[in-house]
Amino acid sequence: MFLTYIYRELRRRHRQALLTALGLAVGVGLVVAVSAYADGVGRAQDEVLQSLYGVGTDITVTRTAEMGSGGPAQIGMNPGEREEQGERFARDMVMTSPGKQVIAAGKIDRIAALDGVSAAVGGLSLDVMHVEGKFAQVVGDGQTAGSGVIVQSGQMPQPEASQAPIAMNVYSITGVDVTDQAIGPLSAAEIVKGRGFASDETTAKVMLVEKGYAKQNDLAVGDTLKIKGVKFEIVGLVTSSSSGSNLYIPLARARQLADEDGVSQIYVKADSAENIAAVKQSIQTVMPKATVTTAEDLADQVSGSLSSASKLADRLGTWLAVAALVAAFAVASLLTVSSVSRRVREFGTLKALGWRSRRIVGQVLGESFVQGVAGGVLGVFIGVVGARLITWLSPSLEATAGPASGALSGAAVAGPGGPGMGGPMQALESAAQTVTVQLGAPVSVQLALIAVGLAVTGGLLAGAFGGWRAARLRPADALRRLD
Amino acid sequence: MLYELTDVTKRYVQSGKNVDALAGIDLCVQEGEFLAIQGSTGSGKTTLLQMLGALDRPSGGEVRFDGRDMAKLGEGDLATLRSHSFGFVFQTFNLIPTLSAQENVETALVPWGVAGDERRSRAQAALARVGLAERARHLPSELSGGEQQRVGIARALVREPRVILGDEPTGNLDEKTRDEIIGLLETLWRERGQTLVVVTHDTWVATRASRRIWLDEGRVTGGDGLDGAALLDDEVPVEA
Repeated sequence: MFLTYIYRELRRRHRQALLTALGLAVGVGLVVAVSAYADGVGRAQDEVLQSLYGVGTDITVTRTAEMGSGGPAQIGMNPGEREEQGERFARDMVMTSPGKQVIAAGKIDRIAALDGVSAAVGGLSLDVMHVEGKFAQVVGDGQTAGSGVIVQSGQMPQPEASQAPIAMNVYSITGVDVTDQAIGPLSAAEIVKGRGFASDETTAKVMLVEKGYAKQNDLAVGDTLKIKGVKFEIVGLVTSSSSGSNLYIPLARARQLADEDGVSQIYVKADSAENIAAVKQSIQTVMPKATVTTAEDLADQVSGSLSSASKLADRLGTWLAVAALVAAFAVASLLTVSSVSRRVREFGTLKALGWRSRRIVGQVLGESFVQGVAGGVLGVFIGVVGARLITWLSPSLEATAGPASGALSGAAVAGPGGPGMGGPMQALESAAQTVTVQLGAPVSVQLALIAVGLAVTGGLLAGAFGGWRAARLRPADALRRLD
Repeated sequence: MLYELTDVTKRYVQSGKNVDALAGIDLCVQEGEFLAIQGSTGSGKTTLLQMLGALDRPSGGEVRFDGRDMAKLGEGDLATLRSHSFGFVFQTFNLIPTLSAQENVETALVPWGVAGDERRSRAQAALARVGLAERARHLPSELSGGEQQRVGIARALVREPRVILGDEPTGNLDEKTRDEIIGLLETLWRERGQTLVVVTHDTWVATRASRRIWLDEGRVTGGDGLDGAALLDDEVPVEA
């Protein structure tokens, strides 16, 4: 009787029942779509983080340059000897990445020895400025129309009255600890051609090139590249990694080029994810002046359209979903109450027949439950369609970690310690790295179940409200109303 | 005595004013009696019937059914009493529009928790008794007024209640159908010996009863029949 009654009642009022279910469906559909979107944004963020940050690396330690360190770099190019006048020259100026203080190598072992640390390796980021041209001729009485170039931050070299144009090329190199590549700058990079570093190539003159840079400069596996007089053989091409560097060479070679003993950053892996915060704290105790960055810190600093999308999904999306859900519940409740009001005679009659209030409430709840389930299923459908639409319509999003005016653009003309840009992102080599990701809105089974649950809850709330109103009526009043 | 009503009052508040629907009713109803309650609109006859059917509680006085004061029973006990002792027949039939004739009759057995098969066979038997066995599967909208009221009567008697309470049961029917319905109720009353209380303003219907009482402004103003009070045959007394 219970089920027959529900079935007949819903069939008779099929339009209203459908409207109630549809109201719930729209609310739930929005929740599904927004949640799927937020989930998609979350995944996109993870994707970005993974490429901006070493997969195996949990914490990165750097030190910002101290005030007064570094300064304008000078490359002396005045011909010292008469015979050099008018001759071609080429100079490589190697400097540690601007804004970074070199950390003593001993700190790596100290960090590795800390509780909760499973491994720590160093990396050295260098910027190389390659200048080539022709020496000036001495004009008149000993004066030079020099091409002595002073490189200062934000200032382009003045060609002056040189007899030949001076060509400049700026690129970045990262020295990699080849003995442990599971963490560090290359942990997230993929070898697309050739091979990676072997763990015994600690002092080998080998080099990996970022594939974009290789294409731009027409470099291939097997070619050689001369830096400061040292010839390196290109053994492989890699995808853009967390360090965003153009070239990779063994750490010892990088130190040699820069004439530095230390490293510019230390990559740390914690033995478990829970320990990351504790490890960060102990590193800060050991190195109070260092900037210690975890993946979480990085997530906070991801900016760009992805960040905006994430904020939109989080704030507007959540409120939109909550508002839609509240509206859907309210509509369902109103429709149920209006239906109950129209059926006062019916319920009064049933009470006169001896039906107890709870039985009548149960009947109304049963009807609402069916509407809720229908609304939920319909809502999941709407949500999936909405999510598909989002995936289809959404453009690929860009995420930029760190300030846009970061290292690479500045480095073109910057000497060591030049522009005093600080902050963890600057310190982290991934500064100003932009990653493009495709945004999707995946609907999981769990989300679908939650949606149906929400709709059923909405239906039952409406039913409980309507049923309560029906049960509250005294049979005499209910019957009197109709006559 | 089946019913004993002592100084029963019922007061409503309507638009801030007190309205006395019943203003002190004293009435006794014996088991197996066919009582007709007559009165003009607003005289309180429907309110009185609802008191007799445990649908409402009095504001004052006592309504005793089978020796129990109904005012002192809880909602649950009243529901039980309604499902076991009373059968209602309404002027507007009050059938559930989405359920078939048979299912409507079955609704009366729901509070008893009667199993499906038995419920169906009892409902069919009740419909057969009112001559509607053939129309069991029809919806109320597919039945004539007289047929709908027969379904209403089948619903009232399917539980074999001690009292059948009719609130203007022929009020919405034409004369011919009215005669049929009253004939049916009368036959059931004679055959089964159930108590039948009918509210009506149709004098012809009232004359079929074993006793009539008149109500005016919430008071019994007269009666005839078993209690011997002599009144005019076909006339409702002129109100004072």
